[in-house]
Amino acid sequence: MKNDIILAGVGGQGILSIAAVIGLAAVANDLFLKQSEVHGMSQRGGDVQSHLRLSDKPVSSDLIPFGKAELIISMEPMESLRYLPWLSENGWLVTNSSPFINIPDYPATDDIIAEIKKVKNHLIIDADAIAKQSGSARSGNMVILGAASAYIDMTFESIENAVIKLFGRKGNDIVEANLKALKAGRDAIQV
Amino acid sequence: MEKLLLLGDEAIAQAGLDAGMSGMYAYPGTPSTEIMEYVQASADAAERRVHMTWSSNEKTAMEAALGMSYAGKRAMVAMKHVGLNVAADGFINSAMTGVNGGLIIVAADDPSMHSSQNEQDSRFYGKFAFVPIFEPSNQQEAYEMVFDAFETSEKYKLPVLFRITTRLAHSRASVLRRESLPENLLSLPSDPKSFILLPAIARRKYKILLEKYETLRYENHISGYNHFKDGTFRETGIIACGIAYNYLMENLKDTSVDFPVLKISGYPFPKDLIKDLASRCNSILILEEGAPFVEESIRGILDEGIKIYGRMDGTVPRDGELNPAIVGKALGLPVSYGQDVPSVVKMRPPSFCKGCGHADMFMALNEAVKPFGPGRVFSDIGCYTLGALPPYNSIISCVDMGASVTMAIGAADAGLTPSVAVIGDSTFTHSGMTGLLDAVIKNSPVTIIISDNSTTGMTGGQKSQATGRLVDICRGLGVENEHLRVISPLHKNHEDNVRVMEEELEYNGVSVIIAQRECIQTATRRKRS
Ligand SMILES: Cc1ncc(C[n+]2csc(CCOP(=O)(O)OP(=O)(O)O)c2C)c(N)n1
Repeated sequence: MKNDIILAGVGGQGILSIAAVIGLAAVANDLFLKQSEVHGMSQRGGDVQSHLRLSDKPVSSDLIPFGKAELIISMEPMESLRYLPWLSENGWLVTNSSPFINIPDYPATDDIIAEIKKVKNHLIIDADAIAKQSGSARSGNMVILGAASAYIDMTFESIENAVIKLFGRKGNDIVEANLKALKAGRDAIQV
Repeated sequence: MEKLLLLGDEAIAQAGLDAGMSGMYAYPGTPSTEIMEYVQASADAAERRVHMTWSSNEKTAMEAALGMSYAGKRAMVAMKHVGLNVAADGFINSAMTGVNGGLIIVAADDPSMHSSQNEQDSRFYGKFAFVPIFEPSNQQEAYEMVFDAFETSEKYKLPVLFRITTRLAHSRASVLRRESLPENLLSLPSDPKSFILLPAIARRKYKILLEKYETLRYENHISGYNHFKDGTFRETGIIACGIAYNYLMENLKDTSVDFPVLKISGYPFPKDLIKDLASRCNSILILEEGAPFVEESIRGILDEGIKIYGRMDGTVPRDGELNPAIVGKALGLPVSYGQDVPSVVKMRPPSFCKGCGHADMFMALNEAVKPFGPGRVFSDIGCYTLGALPPYNSIISCVDMGASVTMAIGAADAGLTPSVAVIGDSTFTHSGMTGLLDAVIKNSPVTIIISDNSTTGMTGGQKSQATGRLVDICRGLGVENEHLRVISPLHKNHEDNVRVMEEELEYNGVSVIIAQRECIQTATRRKRS
C-alpha cells in the first residue's frame, strides 16, 4: 500500500490540520509516514502545500516525486491546479470550489473550473457551503478531508478517531463540530 | 520505548531533552523556530526547569549557551543559517576556548530560499571553525545524532555544529525515543584559563584545536554515520550527503542498477573512505543539499584518472534545493512527470493580513515621503518587508537584520537626506539599537520608523523582547523627547500619521516614530483563547 497525497491551499486555510489528521490516522494504522509542511513566509496568504506520504514500507524522500501522487486535496480551486505535475495518471484531484481571492489578477472562476474538469479523475465540492450547513463555517478543511477520504486507503473510522485525537484537548464541542463536518464531506460525494 | 510523530526540528528538541540538555537558547528564524517552540511546549522541560526563553539575537543565544557549557551543563543553540552570521564571532571562538558541558549549535539552512535572503551552506562554518559537523538525513537519525553530538562535544571538549535543511526541519515522521539521560551537575572546567583567549593562551589553544580536528576523522561517534555499501555497477559510485541520501534511495528503489553508495552524515570524514570508493569506480557522482562542500574538497584530493560529477560541472544544478527528479536525472534514470501547470494559475505571493498595522503605516509613509523623491526608504526583515510589493512599493532594501537603520545613516552621510529606516520591533532589539546609537552620536538626519506589532510576526508570533520597552530604549539611547513620537497606524488616523511623519522628515536630526498596533494574528489568537 502507498498513498502519496498533496495538500494544497492558501496560508491560513487549515491544511496543516488536514495533514495532522491523516498523519495521526496513519500512525494508528501502523503505516510509515513522511509529511513535509510549509512553515514561514508563505503562510502570510501565499500558496502553501504539504506532501504526505503513507506506505506499508519505509518512505525515503520527504518530497513526492513528480507524477507519483495518488491524490491532490485542495482547499482552493486555483491552488489545486498548481500541483498537477505531481499527479499520477490515474490520480484523483479533490478540491473545494470556493475561490480565495487575495491577488489582483485572480482568473475567472469558470476558467479554473474548466481546467479542473480536464483532469481525468476530479471531484469539485463546495466545502464552504457544506461546512456552513453542517453548522461550523470554519471547518471547510474537514469537509474536504471527508470527501477525499474515499480515496485514501484507510478506514473512515480511523480518520474519525484521528480527528477526535487531534481536537480532543480543545473540548467536546470542537471535536463534534469537526466530526460533523468530516461526515458531511464524506456524505456529499455519495449522492 | 515511545514512538512520536515529530518534525525534524522537534526530533532534535526532544533528543536534546532526552540527552540531558539543561538549556535551549535561540532566536526565531525559519526553518529552525520549532526547535525552541517544542521545548517551550514540553511539560517535562518545564518540570525540569530547562532554560527556554528566547534570546535577543543569535549572538546572545550562542554566548549564553557557551556560558552554560562553561558551567558544566549541556546546552543547545538553534538558529537559521543567516543567524550563524550574527553568532559567528562567538561560534568560531568557542572552538578556540573549547567547552565544558556538551554544546550543540543547530543551524537550519534554507536552500531554494523558501523564507530567506540567501542559501548559504553552514557546513563551511563548521570547517572554518574546525568543529565536528553532523548532518542527519532523516528524523530518527537526527534524534540519535543529538546523543552522539553531545558525547563528541564532551569527549573532545569542542562545540558541535548540527546542520539541517528546510525539508528535514519541516517534515514529520515517527521517531522512536531512547532512555533518557540525567542532566550534568554544575562543574567548572578543569583548566581555569581555557576560556581566556589572550594571545599567549590562544596560540597554544589553536595548536590543540588543529590537532584535535585531525583525530576527529577517526572518531566513531562521527564516522559511525558514514556508511559505505558496495555495488556491482563500476561505472559510477555515489556520495550522498545528509538528506540527499533520501532522494537517492527514492530513485534506487525503482532500478536494478546496483550503484556503490557512500553516505556521509558526519564531518570531518576519513579521506580513506573516498579513496576507497574512487578505487572501485570510473566516476563519482556527488549529491549534496546546498553548496558543493564535499565536492570542492574531493576535486582537490583525487582529480586524476577519475571523473567527478556534481554541482560544479552542472550534472546537478549549482543552486537550489534537491528533489527526487533532479537526483533521478543526475543518475541517468527515467523520471516521471504529471501534467504541466495550466496557464490560468497565477502566482500567489505572501501579502499583509487584513487588518495589519504595517499596511496602514506604509500608506501614511508613502504620502509623507513623496515630496522628497524616491529611493530613500530603507527597510529590514519581517512581515513589513512585504511593503516592497504592490500596491505599496514603499521600500528599497532588505539586507540583514538591523541594516535599515545603519544603511539609512550611511546614505544620509552621502547626502541622501532625509533618509528613512523602517524596522520591526523584534528586528530593532535584535540588531537595530546599536545603529540607533551611532545615529544619535552623529545626529544623523534620519527618520526611523519602528513598526511595532508587539510580536515577532514573520516567524509565527513569538514573544518580542521589545514589547513595552521601545520608548524607554530609544530615550535611553539618547533620542530627544520631542522627536520620539508614538502613533497608532489605523486607517482612521491616516491624516494625523502623515502629519507626524512629515514633521519628522523635515527635522534635520534623529527622529524615531513608533507605529504601534498589535499584530492581527496574535490579537485573534489571544481573543480565541
Ligand atoms: C539573522 C536573522 N535571524 C532571524 C531571521 C528570521 N526572521 C526574519 S523576519 C523575523 C521577525 C521579525 O520580527 P519583527 O521585526 O518584529 O517584524 P514582524 O515580522 O513582526 O513584522 C525573523 C525572526 C533572519 N532573517 N535573520
